[in-house]
Amino acid sequence: MTTDLWRPSATIKALRQRASLLAKIRHFFTQRQILEADVPVLSRRATSDPHIESISALCIGSPAYLATSPEFGLKRLLAAGIGDCYYLGKAFRQGEAGSRHNPEFTMLEWYRCGWDDHRLMDEVADLLRKVLGISQVQSLSYRALFQRELQLDPHSASDRELIACVEREVELSFTPVERAECLDLLMSHRLEPAMGEGITLLFDFPADQAALAKVIPDEQGIPVARRFEAYVGGLELANGYWELTDSTEQLRRFEADLAYRRAHNRIANPFEERLVSAMQEGMPECAGVALGVDRLLMLAGGYDSIEDVIAFPIERA
Amino acid sequence: MASYSTNEFKGGLKVMLDGDPCSIVENEFVKPGKGQAFNRVKLRNLKTGRVWERTFRSGESLESADVMDREMEYLYNDGEFYHFMEPETFEQHQASTDAVGDAAKWLKEQDICTVTLYNGVPLAVTPPNHVILEITDTDPGLRGDTAQGGTKPATLATGAVVKVPLFLEIGETIKVDTRTGEYLGRAKED
Repeated sequence: MTTDLWRPSATIKALRQRASLLAKIRHFFTQRQILEADVPVLSRRATSDPHIESISALCIGSPAYLATSPEFGLKRLLAAGIGDCYYLGKAFRQGEAGSRHNPEFTMLEWYRCGWDDHRLMDEVADLLRKVLGISQVQSLSYRALFQRELQLDPHSASDRELIACVEREVELSFTPVERAECLDLLMSHRLEPAMGEGITLLFDFPADQAALAKVIPDEQGIPVARRFEAYVGGLELANGYWELTDSTEQLRRFEADLAYRRAHNRIANPFEERLVSAMQEGMPECAGVALGVDRLLMLAGGYDSIEDVIAFPIERA
Repeated sequence: MASYSTNEFKGGLKVMLDGDPCSIVENEFVKPGKGQAFNRVKLRNLKTGRVWERTFRSGESLESADVMDREMEYLYNDGEFYHFMEPETFEQHQASTDAVGDAAKWLKEQDICTVTLYNGVPLAVTPPNHVILEITDTDPGLRGDTAQGGTKPATLATGAVVKVPLFLEIGETIKVDTRTGEYLGRAKED
């Protein structure tokens, strides 16, 4: 079997579909006069995200990291005045491998100055409709999906109710402790499979899952993250924010992330303080979103595994 | 005892779960972009044959199970235990009726079976995929009816009952697929 490992795991047909998809994406943004921007894949700074690991390297004698997304670079360009822009290229995440993950993957990320999350959600749906030829779109809040499927309000349910719900719905080898962990388990095991065909846009995430989104009270007065996710047929495709632009709050979140990482025995790499400087200088109000292009290709071509759309996934790379 | 982390879980790996030896059937990595990583695992309990679904935090580990598959020759049944022998070492093992389970109806002396040992004791027995057995009981054959598709039940020397074509007689030997219980054809006379 090992002698076969020189071969691509994707068919030539799938690789042609990949080239055509990349061309379609670039055409979509050219038509909308959004500039393609290139940012480093090899950086001196790592991600501080509590649940994402950077792959580290050594460059000219000092530590460097493969970018887990182009987010920091693009935001620094936004602060420098580049305007609407997108990145279409590689991103890397340590330890993520499976039928929907490869440590090296292709990411599309774009920013719209002056827009909020809802306006950008519409544009994500436009892109998905064009590329996938799907017309069916449902848009609902994180709360509404939990209430529809589990009769549970993810913002106001007590920790005990949440844990009881997870233990009822999912066979676990451990006892969950954190709210975010309970919600992630319910999302991946129960809600994603229940989303149905078509495009699902989910918005207003719990405030403790804000990442780099603004946190604003919703119509019920509960602070929610102005973050959204796009799914097709229950497959997570994109994650977007009405972007945080306040440098003080950005610094606080970086420090909170690193404190979480230390408390959970995860490596706390140097964070991107130059993003904080960029925000001090003035980052424009904007909305941004990142989308997994390999998964988009899986959907477009009807492939079950990410190996079917990447020529040389990690075991062959 | 060695242990395996979720990223090493692969189909066929033998691990301990809830005190029972299990074989991993499937391992799916699940991770929301911004959320925690989990592994959704299907495991077959080797004692009961049941398939369990269990979600682990990525990075959790399970102890390996001292389970191994050995090719052994079936010797005889003493009424309580089934006796097997390793052909290389002549080491003998006795398997309980529970361990042999449904395989019992295919066991013919001197056939080579796969015996799964758990802590050195037979836990399960898998008969050869194809066995050759004599028909000990069936309705009288219908001569000249070789082309028609009709079947009848036939009892074999080991007690298994399989569907065979109408023309077969008591005393004939046939080849059977033990995984499906399907009649494959008359055994060639050597």
